[in-house]
Amino acid sequence: MSEITERSPQTVSPPGGQPARSNPLGSVFGLLARQREATVFVVAVVLLLYFGIRYNSTFVSSTNLANLLSETAAPIIIIAIGEVFLLICGEIDLSAGFVYLFAPFLMHYLIDFYGFPVILAIIISLLFGVVVGWCNGFLTVTMGLPSFITTLGTGFILLGLTLTTSHAYPANIPAASVGIGRWIGAAPWSQFIWAVVLTAIFYVVLNRTKWGLHTVATGGNALGSREAGIKTGRIKYGNFMLTSILGALVGLQNAFYTNTIDPSAGGYQPMFYAVTAAVIGGTAMLGGQGTIIGAFLGGIVLATLINGLNVAGISANPLDIVFGLAILLSMIANVRLARLRAAGRN
Amino acid sequence: MTAEPVPGVPEPTADGSGDALRVEHISKRFGAVTALHDVNLHLGQGEVLGLLGDNGAGKSTLIKIMCGFQPPTSGRIVLEGQEVTLKSVDHARTLGIDTVFQDLALINELTVYHNMFLNRERTRWTLLSNRSMRRTAQAELDRIGVNIPSVDAEVAKLSGGQRQAIAVARAVTSNAKVLLLDEPLAAMGAKEGAMILELVKDLKSQGQVSIIMIMHNYGQALEVCDRINLLQHGEITFDKLAKDTSVQELNDIVIEEYRRALADRQRSASA
Repeated sequence: MSEITERSPQTVSPPGGQPARSNPLGSVFGLLARQREATVFVVAVVLLLYFGIRYNSTFVSSTNLANLLSETAAPIIIIAIGEVFLLICGEIDLSAGFVYLFAPFLMHYLIDFYGFPVILAIIISLLFGVVVGWCNGFLTVTMGLPSFITTLGTGFILLGLTLTTSHAYPANIPAASVGIGRWIGAAPWSQFIWAVVLTAIFYVVLNRTKWGLHTVATGGNALGSREAGIKTGRIKYGNFMLTSILGALVGLQNAFYTNTIDPSAGGYQPMFYAVTAAVIGGTAMLGGQGTIIGAFLGGIVLATLINGLNVAGISANPLDIVFGLAILLSMIANVRLARLRAAGRN
Repeated sequence: MTAEPVPGVPEPTADGSGDALRVEHISKRFGAVTALHDVNLHLGQGEVLGLLGDNGAGKSTLIKIMCGFQPPTSGRIVLEGQEVTLKSVDHARTLGIDTVFQDLALINELTVYHNMFLNRERTRWTLLSNRSMRRTAQAELDRIGVNIPSVDAEVAKLSGGQRQAIAVARAVTSNAKVLLLDEPLAAMGAKEGAMILELVKDLKSQGQVSIIMIMHNYGQALEVCDRINLLQHGEITFDKLAKDTSVQELNDIVIEEYRRALADRQRSASA
């Protein structure tokens, strides 16, 4: 490594630090070590190939693929986008699944009980997510609670609010909203299209805008960021609001897709799946690091396992064992690979 | 400038208008404790001033006041002839007083060039202009003679000396007029320390920035600084050009002070 006192013409080495070796195994390993998303990409491809070849006729049918990508993967991916931003800036949102739960009920109340126009009711339901995110931000940033506790509390409140107002009974989708519902989530591929578009947008936001850079800076070194004049509190508020509005969107999508507003929908599972997707995609929970593409691929991996085992006719019971192991293994890989990446420069 | 060590308050320069920064009659009290007592300090244009003193002498308090982190109890700060009231570190920075704290305020996970442009990022249509920032960062680092493997490297991958150099470079390229370096050589090996001293000398020769360095090592201080101020129990007790003093003299002053304090304590204990 060149030293700063050296006045000789400097040799600029690539970020990896070393010229690529000719050994193909070495360069594959090098790619895995450099690219956070590479591991989960390989896992996703292997799983899709395995189920695709083994259970060709059932797994590869367009109905099943729409199921896999739209019904199962998309909700995980969309919530994971928000969780990635929060995890990077050092926070977490356990309440996203309860915004998911309450948002379609709110839409139903507004349309059926208060006569709101459909579009306005949908917009208010989404904005309700923003309000919940603001409350999470207020309690975490301004009041100084750990976000784990904040969102545990707001999650319970939303659950209770839903069960109280709905009397724990499901409701029908308001007839007037069925048309627009196709765009939001009822059409077979619409949820997946939303997931792809949102992934693309937030990939750019994270990697190419000040907001993304300051999110990383906030999680990486909060004190240093403040010394540089970054308003770290504002960053966290914003990311809480982002996660909650995405939760509300997924809730509406799911309601339109299943054609019912269900008081047992949402909850912890979609949120935990989303965090799982983020983690196996390469987002450390230590702050300062994370990838949107990784979370997208992580969502695909989870959905492939859920859907594939179903298609294979295997009991879903051991699935959680697989997920647990996947979380632990990918976290270990994250930590080890980060060390390798750090060591690989000399 | 005074040729003799003046006990108590050092004489200000005859003509203070040319000073980059002047600290006049600054006192700081925390309840009953007086951390700084009527401190006067001046920093000439392009000068490198070494601020020495034992732990607890008030160096940290003084730097916190000069960087805008906390207000003095009394006294004033004059920046390039204008009296200023520093509201925050950020405010001081916009006025041209930039501080490199010991923690460096670097973001390990970001590249060198993103760190150099942190919160001053260049954008186009809200997208980061990475190419432009990378090019400027490289040019600036070349100009002030900082050599690192790549501006694309994550800061986590740099050595302690390189990180310090990046933090200094960031402050310099933000058009700072006065640079406060808080123990830039702390916890640094001989080679790394030499890098930073070399960088400070380069900055001095370019003459665009005036520097106050808090230091512990008298030898290093004399090597790089134009002038030395010694802070003891909240007062500046010594102000000499580096060429007019020696490690021996500085050592003698501090040890004599220590012996006197010890004797005082023993006297009051036996009384």
